[in-house]
Amino acid sequence: MIAYALRRLLQAVVLLFIVSVVTFALIHAAPGGPAVLANPDLGREQIARMSERMGLDDPLPVQYLRWLGNVVRGDFGVSYSTVEPVPDLIWSRLPNTLLLTGLALVIAIALAVPLGVLCAIRRNSMLDRLVAGFTFFGVSIPVFWLGIVLIVLFSVQLRLLPGGGISTLGEDFSLVDRLKHLVLPVSVLVVGNLAELTRYTRSGMISVLGEDYVRTARAKGIEERGVIVGHALRNALVPVVTVIGVLLPRAVSGAAITEAVFSWPGMGRLAVEAATTRDYPVVLATTLTVAVVVIFSSLVTDLVYGYLDPRIRLG
Amino acid sequence: MELAAPLQGRNQDVDLAARRSARSFWRIAWRRFRRNAIAVASLVVLLALFAVAALGPAIAPHDPNAVNILLPHGEPSGEHLLGTDESGRDVLSRLIVGSRASITVGLVAMVIAVSIGALVGSLAGFLGRWVDAVLMRFTDGMMAIPYFFLVLIVVAVFGSSFRNIVTVIGVTSWMVVARIVRGDVLRYRSFEFVVAAQALGASGRRVLFRHILPHTVPSILVAATLGVANAILLESALSYLGLGIQPPQASWGNMLSNAQAYLWDNPKLPMYPGLLILVTVLAFNFLGDALRDALDPQAREGGP
Repeated sequence: MIAYALRRLLQAVVLLFIVSVVTFALIHAAPGGPAVLANPDLGREQIARMSERMGLDDPLPVQYLRWLGNVVRGDFGVSYSTVEPVPDLIWSRLPNTLLLTGLALVIAIALAVPLGVLCAIRRNSMLDRLVAGFTFFGVSIPVFWLGIVLIVLFSVQLRLLPGGGISTLGEDFSLVDRLKHLVLPVSVLVVGNLAELTRYTRSGMISVLGEDYVRTARAKGIEERGVIVGHALRNALVPVVTVIGVLLPRAVSGAAITEAVFSWPGMGRLAVEAATTRDYPVVLATTLTVAVVVIFSSLVTDLVYGYLDPRIRLG
Repeated sequence: MELAAPLQGRNQDVDLAARRSARSFWRIAWRRFRRNAIAVASLVVLLALFAVAALGPAIAPHDPNAVNILLPHGEPSGEHLLGTDESGRDVLSRLIVGSRASITVGLVAMVIAVSIGALVGSLAGFLGRWVDAVLMRFTDGMMAIPYFFLVLIVVAVFGSSFRNIVTVIGVTSWMVVARIVRGDVLRYRSFEFVVAAQALGASGRRVLFRHILPHTVPSILVAATLGVANAILLESALSYLGLGIQPPQASWGNMLSNAQAYLWDNPKLPMYPGLLILVTVLAFNFLGDALRDALDPQAREGGP
């Protein structure tokens, strides 16, 4: 298990390294260099002096190592547009994103597992077909449009829920207020993730139900309920754990768009704003932070997977 | 079919037989496809959409960018079938012209993604060993980055021209195709007809392109169809965020972000472009699923 964990950890570090090289290379491939230098108010000498002070004249690998050294020490520079230190910006936004994405994933899993099991047990039933149809809608619906439709319905027409933001302006923090603001964006994200998770639980369950040990359990005279919950489900959930790891990058992408729809002050909206204003340090930092979170989470799911299923870590 | 020199004369017959069996494969697939009502409906919807996108301005009742300050948020009427937007522009005309952005971005990005994916997948599967290890780790790495953020970086750095958007979507969505092709290549590499071709002295390139890759076409076709659906979703999301197709040029995505600004004045406005995206993406997804059933009924998820 320790060897397996170390191997996965090493892979995660390599992955992070690749991500950092790719993002750094992309930013520096920009035609004309960082946008600050494109300021028409600056004279040629000023540009030359600035570019020297910023170390832009050094060879790219040198710049990369210096940047990496700074990043490892937590120095992401300052935002071009607000002049705030980038880590402050990130720390003010990251918890909001984790709250939104985490809550949506937990709810989606809580709904998808029983739904997938039911569909697997009653294959081709009314429910199964209904869920299959819903799955198509789930992967085809543009999340941002679903968000807008919910805003029209619940905020504009029914006036039940706030149509955006994280708290009511001018009011003190209260749990009810926060929850009210969470309902719509979380619902959008749950719909986005539910379809895929249900499908994976269903097919995991179906393949497990055909295994010999399930037949043995039935032959021993264990009641059907015990077979499903005690024998089949435990093993069917193992692949579901990995799917969560695979789904995570997409869940985070979906969350980023949803944040933009609901003006939710999270990482996604920060990244979109930064991309629009070409605020490179912020774009870089948000991408890296999100990549770290995602890679770390899939590392954890892989470790759990390896722990649950010895075939994986030995294979 | 690669045969040794003495058999040269029979080469043509064998080729002909191979082609005939390939033709009947597609005929059987088409017969299966035709029986699927949803699939046929999706195909009809998509063909209609292609026609609308191709004709574009020619069938739009109004100039999609013509502003009419006297008629903001106009109700549907004989003149403006779906009403007008905040600047008095004809919504139907903008929807018609906007379909071009979605369809072209979807198709071109898919071609890029399939090309890269097929190349990476077949090289990894065919050459194996360290090439396979390196390429597949790279593929995993690409899959681990939330692609949306990758797209954001590229758009931030290079700007959001039509060409950039297509390239970015294509370059960030080839991984699924690569995995599928690799799996197929690995599977077919050990089949007798491939081993036979190798034994007869066919070069590696010939074995790959002539004997193995044709068998991956069905699964590539399925992946490509589903890929168009995803590319269209991504394009509309980018345009919605103001990072895709730039106004005043209409696209379904940027029409949605416009509409969101006027939800209180005109809550109907976001329904049209959103429904069109949904229907288009749904049709591509249904089509892909039906193709999978028609081309390889055994591959049905969950078994019979």
